[in-house]
Amino acid sequence: MSTELLIWLIPLPPLLAFFLIVLFTNRNKALSHSIAIGAAFLSWLGAMIVFVDALAKKDLGLNPFTSSIPWLPTGDTWLKIGVLIDPLSATVLFFVAWIVLMIFIYSVGYHNFGQPAGDHDHAGLPPHGATDDGHTVPSIEPMYSRFFAFISLFAFGMLTLVVSDNLLTLFVGWEIMGLCSYLLIGFWYGKESARDAAIKAFMTTRIGDVFMLLGIVFLYSVTGTLSFREIFTQQILHTLAVIPSGVFGLSAAGLIGLLLFIGTIGKSAQFPLHVWLPDAMEGPTPVSAMIHAATMVSAGVYAVIRMFPLISLDEKTMAIVAFIGAFSALFAATIAVAQNDIKRVLAYSTISQLGFMIAALGIHAYVAAAFHLVTHAFFKALLFLGSGSVIHGMEYGVLHTNKHVDPQDMFNMGGLRTKMPITFWTFLIGGFALSGFPLITAGFWSKDEILAEAFGNGHVIVFVTLAFAAFLTAFYTMRQITLTFFGEARSDAAERAQETHWTMTTPLIVLSVFAVAFGWVGIPEDFLGLHLSPSWFHEFVGSTLAARPEAVPFNWIALVTSLIVALGGLGLGYLVYRNVQTAEQDKLQIGVLKNKWYFDEIYDFLFVKPAYWFAENIVYKFIDQGVINGILHIVGPATQGLGSFVRNYFDLPVINRFFGDGSAGVTWWSGKNLRSIQTGRIQQYLILSLILLFVVGGLLYYFLLA
Amino acid sequence: MIPLSWYLILAAALFSIGLFGALSRRNAVAILLGIELMLNAVNINLVAFWRYGDVTAMAGQVFAIIVFAVAAAEVAVGLALVISVYRRRNTVIADELDLLKW
Repeated sequence: MSTELLIWLIPLPPLLAFFLIVLFTNRNKALSHSIAIGAAFLSWLGAMIVFVDALAKKDLGLNPFTSSIPWLPTGDTWLKIGVLIDPLSATVLFFVAWIVLMIFIYSVGYHNFGQPAGDHDHAGLPPHGATDDGHTVPSIEPMYSRFFAFISLFAFGMLTLVVSDNLLTLFVGWEIMGLCSYLLIGFWYGKESARDAAIKAFMTTRIGDVFMLLGIVFLYSVTGTLSFREIFTQQILHTLAVIPSGVFGLSAAGLIGLLLFIGTIGKSAQFPLHVWLPDAMEGPTPVSAMIHAATMVSAGVYAVIRMFPLISLDEKTMAIVAFIGAFSALFAATIAVAQNDIKRVLAYSTISQLGFMIAALGIHAYVAAAFHLVTHAFFKALLFLGSGSVIHGMEYGVLHTNKHVDPQDMFNMGGLRTKMPITFWTFLIGGFALSGFPLITAGFWSKDEILAEAFGNGHVIVFVTLAFAAFLTAFYTMRQITLTFFGEARSDAAERAQETHWTMTTPLIVLSVFAVAFGWVGIPEDFLGLHLSPSWFHEFVGSTLAARPEAVPFNWIALVTSLIVALGGLGLGYLVYRNVQTAEQDKLQIGVLKNKWYFDEIYDFLFVKPAYWFAENIVYKFIDQGVINGILHIVGPATQGLGSFVRNYFDLPVINRFFGDGSAGVTWWSGKNLRSIQTGRIQQYLILSLILLFVVGGLLYYFLLA
Repeated sequence: MIPLSWYLILAAALFSIGLFGALSRRNAVAILLGIELMLNAVNINLVAFWRYGDVTAMAGQVFAIIVFAVAAAEVAVGLALVISVYRRRNTVIADELDLLKW
């Protein structure tokens, strides 16, 4: 099988799994998860083969694996769809395939497979636990199969997006993921908060998607193609750069880039469309990992990296990109320090880290952004799955003690280090990677590269902002680890917490290996002034671009800064929260941070309330009640009047009297008068026939012959 | 040779006799006989026209034979009906068989 054909096949198994589960195996939970994991495994296998092929091929950047077919005729050209594996998509495919497979396996344990059905569990609500031998034990998720169907479709969307060679199929995958995120965030639709979060996520990302679609349409109308390889030619890029768009003095490339970037703002939850992502924590934890690490948010950044040759044409757009990224990075980090929900901290940290990548792109640090995308995907998936494991252990404790405490609140945890050792160590690795713990973790190398690029290319404001955000990152990560795992248990539930099932811990261990080791492929060539081998990641991914980006020279200031912020944040976080017992002792529970800079309230005031007011007063009272009903009140009586006129003056006299009654009367009268000739005597009939024959014959003769 | 008109007059006379018989006779069997006469009057016409027209064209004779076959079938059905009626109603007088009227 050729590599190109294999690439076409990679996204298909999860789609097939989705249909199989929905249509046939919905009742059989074991079969459903076997199909879903089997499909994820096939995709993983295909992705690994393609990745190895991509490594083996020389000059992959110049001659990537491509294959395309004409799909829709558009006048005299064809809209083509196809697949493309160049160094960038090969790398993304690598981490997506790994993380998807790990999340699928993790979901088995997370949804309590093998546990009894709950005593009074309902579909649409999280399981409440079952009684077994007098103990309360976790119970299996009622909609277990449905969950695997949805995440399979989600995986299909992401894999489609990664392998596609054009913006059209990229957008298709993008939208499939939008739908799946809605379905999965609202998976426990019995909870009102989950329903609201699902709608919020869908609506917010939709704003970005509409702009992105506008950008795609504009791009197509200018260039007549959506294929990456056709757009990224010198000639078309030059055309795009010189055509003015007529808006804000931007070139066509600038406006298209800006519109596509707005799509990314929505998808990757950047300021000001970030509000949906923390609320998306209402979904099951594997979904959080899926959305926040492997797939949806990565897809947003991936789209910008993919369109980098286009977006980088206009410096104004790049300035906006850099600003949004740097601002989101700092802004989300400040919120994260005041959150108490273990998953919400990670959600804001995701916004912050995605901000790092976007800011890196805004300052032309292409490779650094891609590198951070990959390492972040690994350690953030690890952290989310780890936090799910913590919550799971806490829920076990809650069920055992029968005292309800919030299993997600970090101030109910503490001391889980000894109760859940595997979760602790893997979470520690993930947390250190997120903080950028020097030399050994992947996060250090990628974040250091971004900071070095920002400093080396003279973007001082971006550098300072990101450095401060990185400091806060290390601080809140250590706060989270300290509150969760160190010290003494703050509740009975934490006292009774238990290590989770092997299906949950195995993915943690696998991902923690990547969270450490993946950083080593991107060690800069002249690190510390030594002459090491060239950075493999930089060489490989950098070759995607026609003009291969130069690595920035090594700089002590950037390195020292990243060391100080990482170690300083970690140390400070541990020192401050070492002895904090309750939320009241936490000095950083400031209202403005706790309430996320009041963004939900501002949006409520600016958009939601006016929308309600508009709907109530303008649409309902004026348009609907006044205009529409008014028209109906005119049309109704008028039609009725016309109808009764027709009835009285046409229907009753003409149709009923004349045609209806008249024809019946005529028939009745002629029957009555003619019946006397029907005597029953055959010979009279014969004579009558004879007479008639003579009459008819005579008439014919008279008129025709004479 | 005898002119064609003689045959036609003979046939017309035979037809009229048959028609009168069919209309005036009260006995159903006699009505059938009248019908047979009319059919045979037609046969005379067919054969006469054949003989005085194109002798090689066999249509006239073929038609005559078809009329024979139809007549035979008609009599077979007709007589069967008469017998059946007689068994039920004990009469073959056409005027008395007048159930089908208003």
